[in-house]
Amino acid sequence: MTTETTPIRGMGHSVKRKEDPRFLRGKGRYVDDIKLPGMLYMDIVRSPYAHANITRIDASKALALPGVLAVITGKDLDEAGLAWMPTLMGDKQMVLPVDRVVYQAQEVAAVIATERYIAADAITLIEVEYEPLPPVMDPFKALEADSPLVRPDREQKTNHIWHWEAGDAAQTDAIFQQAEVVVKQDLYIPRIHVSSIETCGCVASFDSVEGKLTVYMTTQAPHAIRTVFSLVTGIAEHKIRIVSPDIGGGFGGKVPVYPGYVIASVASLKTGHPVKWIEDRSENLQADSFARDYHISAELAATKDGAMQALRVKTLADHGAFDAAANPSKFPAGLFSVITGSYTLKAAHVEVDGVYTNKPSGGVAYRCSFRVTEAVHTIERMVDTLAQQLGLDPADVRMKNFIQPEAFPYTSPTGWEYDSGNYPAALRKAMEKIDYAGLRQEQAEKRARGELMGIGISTFTEIVGAGPSHTFDILGIKMFDSCEIRVHPTGSVIARIGVQSQGQGHETTFAQIVAEELGLPVENITVEHGDTDTAPYGLGTYASRSTPTAGAATAVAARKIREKARKIAAHLLEANVDDLEWQDYKFQVKGSPGRSVGMKEIAFAAYTNFPSDVEAGLEAVDYYDPPNLTFPFGAYICVVDIDRGTGQVKIRRFVAVDDCGNIINPMIVDGQIHGGLTMGMAPALMEAITYDENGNMQQGTFMEYLLPTAMETPVWETDKTITPSPHHPFGAKGVGESATVGAPPAIANAVVDALSHLGVTHIDIPITPWKVYAILEAHGVAEL
Amino acid sequence: MTQHVKMTLNGQPIEADIEPRLLLVHFIREVANLTGTHIGCDTTSCGACTVQINGVPSKSCTLFAVQMDGEEIRTVEGMEQNGALHPLQEGFYQEHGLQCGFCTPGMLMTAEAFLREHPAPTDDEIRQAIAGNLCRCTGYVNIVKAIQHAAKHIREEQAAPVATAEVTR
Ligand code: FES
Ligand code: FES
Repeated sequence: MTTETTPIRGMGHSVKRKEDPRFLRGKGRYVDDIKLPGMLYMDIVRSPYAHANITRIDASKALALPGVLAVITGKDLDEAGLAWMPTLMGDKQMVLPVDRVVYQAQEVAAVIATERYIAADAITLIEVEYEPLPPVMDPFKALEADSPLVRPDREQKTNHIWHWEAGDAAQTDAIFQQAEVVVKQDLYIPRIHVSSIETCGCVASFDSVEGKLTVYMTTQAPHAIRTVFSLVTGIAEHKIRIVSPDIGGGFGGKVPVYPGYVIASVASLKTGHPVKWIEDRSENLQADSFARDYHISAELAATKDGAMQALRVKTLADHGAFDAAANPSKFPAGLFSVITGSYTLKAAHVEVDGVYTNKPSGGVAYRCSFRVTEAVHTIERMVDTLAQQLGLDPADVRMKNFIQPEAFPYTSPTGWEYDSGNYPAALRKAMEKIDYAGLRQEQAEKRARGELMGIGISTFTEIVGAGPSHTFDILGIKMFDSCEIRVHPTGSVIARIGVQSQGQGHETTFAQIVAEELGLPVENITVEHGDTDTAPYGLGTYASRSTPTAGAATAVAARKIREKARKIAAHLLEANVDDLEWQDYKFQVKGSPGRSVGMKEIAFAAYTNFPSDVEAGLEAVDYYDPPNLTFPFGAYICVVDIDRGTGQVKIRRFVAVDDCGNIINPMIVDGQIHGGLTMGMAPALMEAITYDENGNMQQGTFMEYLLPTAMETPVWETDKTITPSPHHPFGAKGVGESATVGAPPAIANAVVDALSHLGVTHIDIPITPWKVYAILEAHGVAEL
Repeated sequence: MTQHVKMTLNGQPIEADIEPRLLLVHFIREVANLTGTHIGCDTTSCGACTVQINGVPSKSCTLFAVQMDGEEIRTVEGMEQNGALHPLQEGFYQEHGLQCGFCTPGMLMTAEAFLREHPAPTDDEIRQAIAGNLCRCTGYVNIVKAIQHAAKHIREEQAAPVATAEVTR
C-alpha cells in the first residue's frame, strides 16, 4: 500500500501555471519565433481602395529585385481553383482578387523573398492599376434599390444576405397592443477589433518528398482548419498538419481562415521552401475580421409597476464584404436570441438582417460567444430605460423580473433551456459588497452640489459551451470536443485535448481535472494541445467552450480510466470489484479503510501485474457531446464619476459577482474575469472602428485605436456565487467571456444614470469624453 | 551596403555586419536569435518590444540596430541569474501576472528599470510606469500585484543583511 505524499491539487486549487516558466524567461514559442532552414518571407500588397476594379497588375519590377523568388496574384490562384475559399457561414471569400477589390487593405498580391525586408521592398514595386467604384459604406443605404452591389458574383443581385428571426411575432405583437407601458430605444453597437497583442501569421512548410504540408499558424481551431484546408486544396488530410503553438491572445480574432495562411501555403508548395508570413499591426487592424456592428431597434412592453412582458427587436447586421462570421452554421446571428436575458417575459420576437458593405468581414467574436454581447447590452439597457421611464430603481426592476432560482431549468421565449441560475443571490451579493444604498445616498448629496456620479447595474446571462451536436456544427462538423489520456507505468500522465489555449492556462487547468479524477499529483500530468498530428479532433477554443466541452471530455476520459483501474485494484487487493469504493483519491475495500490502493500503484500494475481478463495499459479517449449549453451569469455594479470640465468618465468602483459554476482554479478564473472586464470597458468607453464615406478606415494603428492601458483600467473587485451546472460532469460552466459580455451595459447604465436627472436616456458606446462633453454642454452643465 | 556594429547583449559582446535600416527588434530576434522580445505594433504604442538600453527601458521596434553601437542592451533572457529567476519573474508567476505571455517580456523590462528607481512604489505609480505597455489579457490588476510582490521581495533582500546583523547582536 502506498500513501500519497505529494498533494494532488485537483479541483479548486489556485495551482500556479505550468506554462509560465517558459513565458517568463522569454522562451515561449510563438509563430514568429519559428525559423526553419531555407525559410522565405512573404509580404502582401493591399488595396488602397474600398471598392475598385483591378485593371492591371505588373510585377516585373518586383521580380527583378534580387532576392525576390515569386509573386502570387489572384490569377495564379484562380488557375489552381484557389482564388476563392469557403467561409464558415456558407458564403465564399476571396483569397486574392482576380479583377476586383471589395474593402480597403484587401490582399491584392503576395511577394515571396529571401528576407523580410526584401519582401517589404518588393511590394512597393508591384504596379497595380485600379478603377475606383463607389463604395457601399452605410448598411441602411446598402439596402436601397439603387445601391451599388458589393457582391455581383452572387446570384441574388442585392446587398441583403439573409433574414433570421426567433420567437413568436404574433404573440409579441398582441402583448404590445395591450401594454400599459412601452419603452423604445435604438442602439448601435459599433464595429470593434480584438487586437490581441500578437498579430496573425504562419509558417507554411511543404515537404515535397513526403508530400506533406505543415503549417504553424496563429489559430484557435487547428483541427477544423486542417479539414477545410484538405477540402479546399485536395491534399489528403493525413498529409496536412496544422500546429497552433503558443498564441499571443486570440479572443475570437484567430478563429477565421485568413487569406495570408492560404497564400503562404501555396507559396511553400510553389517554391519548395518554408514560407513565413506575419502581419504588421496596421494590416491586422485594417483587414482582419471585426466584431459587433449591430444596428438595433428595441422595444420593451411592461406594466405600470415595472413587470416586463414582451420584447421586440429589429437589427441590421453589417457583415462587410463576405459573410465570414465565426458562428455555428445554423446560427447566422449567433446566439443573439438569448436577448431576453435573466428576466421572465411572456413573449419575444427578434429579427436580424445581414447586409454586405465594402468593409472587411465582420461578425467575428471579440471575446464573446456568438453575439451574446450585443444581446446583453440591449436587454440590460432596456431594463434601465424602463426603470428610468417609470421612476423606479433599476435594482428593484431587476429583482422584480428575475427568473427565480426554483424556475430552472427554464425555457426562454426564444427557446433556450437555461440549465441553472440564481440571479437574485448574485445581485444581492454585489449590492452588499458595494453598499448600494449608501451609494444612492451619496449620489443624491452629490447631485445637490452639482457633481455627476452614476451607478450602473448589469445582471447578465451568458450562453456558452456549444454543442450539443444536434443543434451546433461548423461546416457540418459537429461541435463536440475531446480528450485522450495515457497513464504511464510510473503514474505520470499525458493528456491531449481537442481545444487550444491562447493564454487561458489549459496546461494547468486540464491537468487539475485529470489530477482530481485520477488522484495523481498535478505536477505529474502533462497537457498537450494544438498539434493536429497528435491531439484528438476538436473544434477549438472560443465562445468559452473549452471547459464545458473538452473539460467535460477530460473528466469523462479519466473516469473511464478509473473504471478500468477499479478492476486492477480489485486484483491487487484480492477483493471483489463491487466491494471497492473510490475514496480520498484511492480505491478502498468498503468498511476496511486500511485496505486501499492508489492510482500510482494501479498504473504500475496496469503494465506489470494486471488480471488476466483485463487488457494491459491504462488509457482512454472521450469525445464529449454536451447535452445542453451552460449558462454562466453575473451581477455587476459600476460607479462612475464624470468630470464636468473634460467629459471624462472615471470608473471609481466596479464590483463583479460572477457565477461560472464549480471552479477548477480560482486564480485563473479571477484572471479571466479581470481581462474580460477590461475588454468590456474598452468598447464601452474607448474602442470603435469607423470609416469615412470613401471607405477609408480611420483607426489603422494603435495611435488611433486606443486599447486600455493600466491608467484607464480600474481596480476590478471580483466575487462569486456558485451554482453548478446540473449536466456538466463536474458542474462547471465556462468563464472566459462573461465579463466582456456583462461589463459594457453596467458602464453605460452608470453614465446614463449620472446624467439621467438632465433628461439623458441613452448614450451609444463608446462613451468617449467628447461625446459626454457635448451632452454636458447641451444641458448647460459643462465646466469651461 | 552594410555597417559593422558591436554592442553588449545581456552581458555578452556581439558584433555583426548589418543593413543600417535593420530595426533593433529584428536584430535581437533574428540576428542574435533571442525571441523573447516581441513585436505587437511597430508604432511605439504597445511595449511588447521593450528592452533596456544602458538600463533605460526602450521600445526596440522604432530604433535602428546601428544606433546601438557601443551600447549595453538587456532583454528578458538576461533576467535569470545563475538559474534563479529575478524577483519580478517570480512575482509574475506567484500573482498570475501573465496569461498569453506575449506582453510579459516587455512588461518585465519596464518594471525592472522602474523598481530600480522606485523601490517602494504605490500602485498608482506602478500603473503610470507601465502605461506604455499594453496587455490585452490580464486587466493589469495582477501585474500591479506582481510588481508589488517583487518590490517587497527586493526590499527584504536588501534589508536582510541588516536584519541578520541585528539577530546576531
Ligand atoms: S512593437 Fe514596439 S511598441 Fe509595439
Ligand atoms: S498576457 Fe497576453 S497580452 Fe499580456
